[in-house]
Amino acid sequence: MTETVVSTTGLTKRYGPRVAVDDVSLAVRRGEVYGFLGPNGAGKTTTLRMLLGLVRPTGGSARVLGRRAGDPAAVARTGALIENPGFYPYLSGRDNLRVMARYHGLADDAAERALDRVGLTARAGNAFRSYSLGTKQRLGVAAALLGDPELLVLDEPTNGLDPGGVADMRRLLADLAADGQTVLLSSHLLGEVQETCDRVGVISQGRLIAESRIADLRGAASLHVRATPVDAALAVAGRVAGESAVTPDADGGMRIDADPGLAPELARALVEAGVRLHELRARERTLEEVFFELTRAAGRAGPPGADPASPRSARDGAGLVTR
Amino acid sequence: MSAARVPLLASARAELLRLRRWPALWVMLGVGMLLDLLFGYVFNYLGYRSGSGSEVNERTPPDQILHGLLPGGVPETTLAGMPLFGGAILLLLGALTIGGGYGWGTWKTVLTQGPGRASAYGGTLAALATVVVTLVTAVFLVNFGAALLVSVLESQAPHWPPAADVARAYGAALLIYAMWTAAGVLAGTLARGPALAVGLGLVWALAVENLLRGVANVLGAVAPVADVLPGTAAGSLAGGLGATAFADDGTPGVLTTLDAGPAALLLAVYTAVFALAAGALILRRDV
Repeated sequence: MTETVVSTTGLTKRYGPRVAVDDVSLAVRRGEVYGFLGPNGAGKTTTLRMLLGLVRPTGGSARVLGRRAGDPAAVARTGALIENPGFYPYLSGRDNLRVMARYHGLADDAAERALDRVGLTARAGNAFRSYSLGTKQRLGVAAALLGDPELLVLDEPTNGLDPGGVADMRRLLADLAADGQTVLLSSHLLGEVQETCDRVGVISQGRLIAESRIADLRGAASLHVRATPVDAALAVAGRVAGESAVTPDADGGMRIDADPGLAPELARALVEAGVRLHELRARERTLEEVFFELTRAAGRAGPPGADPASPRSARDGAGLVTR
Repeated sequence: MSAARVPLLASARAELLRLRRWPALWVMLGVGMLLDLLFGYVFNYLGYRSGSGSEVNERTPPDQILHGLLPGGVPETTLAGMPLFGGAILLLLGALTIGGGYGWGTWKTVLTQGPGRASAYGGTLAALATVVVTLVTAVFLVNFGAALLVSVLESQAPHWPPAADVARAYGAALLIYAMWTAAGVLAGTLARGPALAVGLGLVWALAVENLLRGVANVLGAVAPVADVLPGTAAGSLAGGLGATAFADDGTPGVLTTLDAGPAALLLAVYTAVFALAAGALILRRDV
C-alpha cells in the first residue's frame, strides 16, 4: 500500500464570516506529483499554507510526513515555495540561500548545490533586488530544494517565468518525478499539470470538488466525425458504434464515444454508404475542459457568457493560462 | 552538539549573517556612535576650550565639563547619551529587524525552512542581543579612547574610574539598550511591517513620553503613570548612576525620577514583557 505523505480531513479555514477553505479532505501519496488546481481565490494557497503551519486551521486536521501539519520536524523535511518568493533585497541570491540554509541547519555548500540545480549559479552574486520576477522565482525554488526535502510544495512555481524558464521548470519537475520525489504542485498551467502530474485535486470556492487520476478525470477518448449528409452519417455511425454512443454536435458533426480503434471500420462503412467524409479523428478531453466542467458545475467557471473552451476566456475568466 | 543541530543556535547564526550584511544596520550603528562622540566629547570639548560651557548649557562650570571628558567620567558620559538618543536608534533597529521580515516576506521563507517559530524568533533575539552587546562594548571602548585623547590634550593624568563603576554603567547600558530594542521588536511585530513601527515607536520615545512627563508636572493624576514609563526608567537608571539629569543642566532624557535599583528592575520587566508579548504574537499569528 502506497504511503500517504499528506492527508487532510475536513480542513477548514474561516476569516470571520468568509470561508476560505471548506472541509477539504485530500491525500498525496509518496512518489507522486499531485496537481492542486483551482481558480484564483479558490483556497489553494491557504490550504498549502495550512499544510506548512503558516496558517492555523479553524477546523479539521492535516498531517504531513506522519506529523501534525506545521510541526517543525515535518516542515524541515518539506521544501516549499508559497506565492511570491520572499528574500532579503540587499543580500545576493547566494547569501540569501546561505541564510536560509543556516535556518535549515545546513552548511553553506547546500546553497551552492541548490543554486546549481536551478541554473542560478552565474547570477548568484547579484543582489536579490536586481533580479527579474522569473529569477526571483528560481531562487524561491532553490530555497525549496535546500536539504533535499522528501516533499516539495510548489505554489505557482512558473509565475513570472519566460517560456525558457517554464521549459526549465518542466524539466526540473520531470527530473524530480523521475527521482521519485513527492511533489504537491499548484499551478494555473493546466497543460503543465496534464503532462507532469499523476493525480489532481480540484478546488473551487474553498471546496475540493474532485480528486482523481488525470486519466480517470479525462475519461476515455472519443471519435469526432464530420460527414454529409448528416442524417445518413448518423445512421451509419449508429449502426457501427451503437446508437447510444453517437451524439450530434452543434457544428454539424458528431461525437462517438467509442474506442478510437473503431475508426477504420467506421470510415469504410461511411464511404461504402456514399457519405462524404470530411473529418474523422480521435479526440481526448483535455484537463482544461474537465477543469471547466467541474468548476462550472460547482458554480464558478468564469464570467457569465464566457466560453470555457476558449483559452482567452479561460485566461480572462478564471485566471487560468492554457498551453 | 553542533550549532546546525540546535534550531535556536542555527537560527541565531542565520540571523547574524543577514544582519552583518545589512547596510542599514551599519548606518544605524555608525550614526549612534557618531552622536555619542559628537554630543559626549567633541562639542563639550570645543565648548570647554572656548570657555562657553557645554553643548546643552553654557552655565556648566568648566571643571565639571572637563571631568566628564576625562577617563574618570566615561561611565556617566556614556550613560548620558543612551536613554533618549541611543535608545531611539536601538528602537529603530528592533523595529526594522522584525518589521522588515514582514515587509520582505522573509518570515514566510524562514519558517518554511523548518526551524520552528520559537527558534526562529529566539534566534532573532539572540542575534539582536549580540548586536547590542557589541555596540555597548564598542561605545565604551571608543569613549575611553576619546577620554584618553582629551587627557593627553589637556595634560591631565588619566584617572581611570573604579572597575565597579564601569561594570555598573556597562550593565545599565545593556539594560537600557535591550529595553529599547525589545520595544522596537514589539512595535515591528504589532505593525507587521517596518514603516508604521518605526514611526509610532519614535513618536512614542521622543515625543509622547516627554509630553506625558510634562503633563504630570501640572496634573498629579498622570504622575504615577509617567513615573513608570519605559523612557522614565531608562533615564532614571542613567541619572541614578551619575549622569547629570536634564533638569540639572545635563543631557536630555536623563532623569532622577526613580532610584537606580527600581529603575533597573523596571527596565528588566519591560524588556521581558516586550520580548514575550512579541513572541506570543509571532507564535500564534498566521503568516
